[in-house]
Amino acid sequence: MTAKQNPAVPARRTWPFTVAFVVVAFAAAGLAALLVNISGRKAEARNPTVRVVELTDETVDPAIWGKDFPVEYDLYRKTAEMGKTRFGGSEAMPRVPTLDDPRTSVSQSKIDEDPRLKVMWAGYAFAADFREDRGHAHMLDDQGFTKRQQVVKQPGACMQCHASVYPAMMRLGGGDLVKGFEKMNPMPYAEARKLVDHPVACIDCHEPRTMTLRISRPAFLEGMRALKASQGVQSYDPNTMATRQEMRAYVCAQCHVEYYFKGPEKRLVFPWAKGLGADQILAFYDEAGFKDWVHKETGAPVLKAQHPEFETWSQGVHARSGVTCADCHMPYMRVGGQKVSDHHVRSPLLNINRACQGCHKWEEKELKERVEGIQTKFYSVRNQAMDALVSLIGDLKAAKAAGRSDQDLEAARYLQRRGQFLLDFVEAENSTGFHAPQETMRLLSESIDFSRQGQIALRDPGFKPTVAVVAIATTPPPAPVPPLVK
Amino acid sequence: MLAHLLNLPALALATTLGVVAGLGGYTFVFAKGSSYASDAPAACANCHVMQSRYDSWRSGPHHAAAVCNDCHTPASPAAKYLVKALNGWHHSKAFTSGDYPDVILLRETSRAVVEGQCRHCHADVVASMEAGGAVSCVRCHDSVGHLR
Repeated sequence: MTAKQNPAVPARRTWPFTVAFVVVAFAAAGLAALLVNISGRKAEARNPTVRVVELTDETVDPAIWGKDFPVEYDLYRKTAEMGKTRFGGSEAMPRVPTLDDPRTSVSQSKIDEDPRLKVMWAGYAFAADFREDRGHAHMLDDQGFTKRQQVVKQPGACMQCHASVYPAMMRLGGGDLVKGFEKMNPMPYAEARKLVDHPVACIDCHEPRTMTLRISRPAFLEGMRALKASQGVQSYDPNTMATRQEMRAYVCAQCHVEYYFKGPEKRLVFPWAKGLGADQILAFYDEAGFKDWVHKETGAPVLKAQHPEFETWSQGVHARSGVTCADCHMPYMRVGGQKVSDHHVRSPLLNINRACQGCHKWEEKELKERVEGIQTKFYSVRNQAMDALVSLIGDLKAAKAAGRSDQDLEAARYLQRRGQFLLDFVEAENSTGFHAPQETMRLLSESIDFSRQGQIALRDPGFKPTVAVVAIATTPPPAPVPPLVK
Repeated sequence: MLAHLLNLPALALATTLGVVAGLGGYTFVFAKGSSYASDAPAACANCHVMQSRYDSWRSGPHHAAAVCNDCHTPASPAAKYLVKALNGWHHSKAFTSGDYPDVILLRETSRAVVEGQCRHCHADVVASMEAGGAVSCVRCHDSVGHLR
């Protein structure tokens, strides 16, 4: 039937049909794809949760929790990622693993970036190794392998905030959390390390059956009880008395706070009995006669402040507006049709749309500039305060070398303690001034003033500082006599 | 007659077009396509993305006076359906591909529509306010319609 065989029949043109076929086939395929997509989106909205494993108060491995909550678990694992913001965040510095430290990357060293920190911390372990903090996933290794471990014998109390420690404490205490806490605190670090396997995990913040937020750290329970008692609220227990929104800050405040180890039993204590402000914390330490160490160059009884994020936040406008840690550091996000808290805890500056724009409806660029504007101003004054302190330390060192008596130097040493603590308080705080911009600037101003007064006190023996000089013993009290065992 | 019906290419074309029409029609109905021509606020929450805005509009101060379209589409019928079509295109493209931020902000053109609608209903109140230059209503009255 070809044209050649039968020339009377004209050849049929087949291409219009081919084109129509292809077009229609694509249209049908597109429609089918759209139909499937719409169906999928409708299914997303139904938000299914399937429990495939039973979680108990002993389930410490986050991978097991991840079977029930795969979305949250995947996000949680992303805390291993490193990312830099203008002033914070961490950069992965490649590192050749050694026998005593198998880490293949670390974050940048802060004491190398600013050597003045070594002057401030002379004679203390932080002068040996202090790096930019990294994501939650690194906390256990970074604590275990820091050179600070080699300089000072660290106690088991460190484990409170470098490991998922709740089940271990419960086991140690035979079901009594506080007893387990008291047993773990004075242990040598290496011994306590054997009791834990994971960095902070699900069970540290969540009750395993209902997933409600739960405080698992005795130090926070005790610290809050003391704080609330100072405000006239007796026997405060966040697990039964805090609002859901308060808990979204409190679970973080189990660790992101100032602390000290009290007495030979190394009890982890949050120094809040007089309030959360830096001056109140300083007054608490003065009253307790506590010092972290004696400054190597000046002989001053000084304090080390550590990451007081919760205390600083509490002084700022976000806290006053009821905005908590989780609102900005774990903002709600969409995964399919599910609304979840972003368990990839990180700087809001790396996540501005979700973290900020839910409330502040300005462009990302504008919001970032606002934050960095606050931080830039902070950083410049922080540098001035650092210079002022280093200058006082230099003068004190020279006065000591010149043979001036301890009594002669007492006022200047106490002023170093004050200026240093307030500066370290905002320096160790991880928001570069953002969590409470005005309060932070006030503390820096006070710090500069104390350094200035310290220098005057050295020059003018008749000088009266604006604060009463508190005598802090620089010799350690005699070790307690162990009870006789028959 | 029968031979004419059995004309193969014509039959093939009719069949394929029929498949497309059937599939397309079903998709349209399944996706509640006709609801988008209406003013019903629930239609805007067909996609779960808008659920929280829908919920907060229902408990917000304007819910007795205005539905979504009263603020988010212009008052004149021609412009209204043009904006509906444009927004429909933007929204379905974003929702189908999943390429949109979790916190959705108004595009500049959408913001202009809202500002225009404030003035359309509240003309008596705002007419004298704008003598000094451009002011934005929702910059201050940002929760009258709905929270985020």
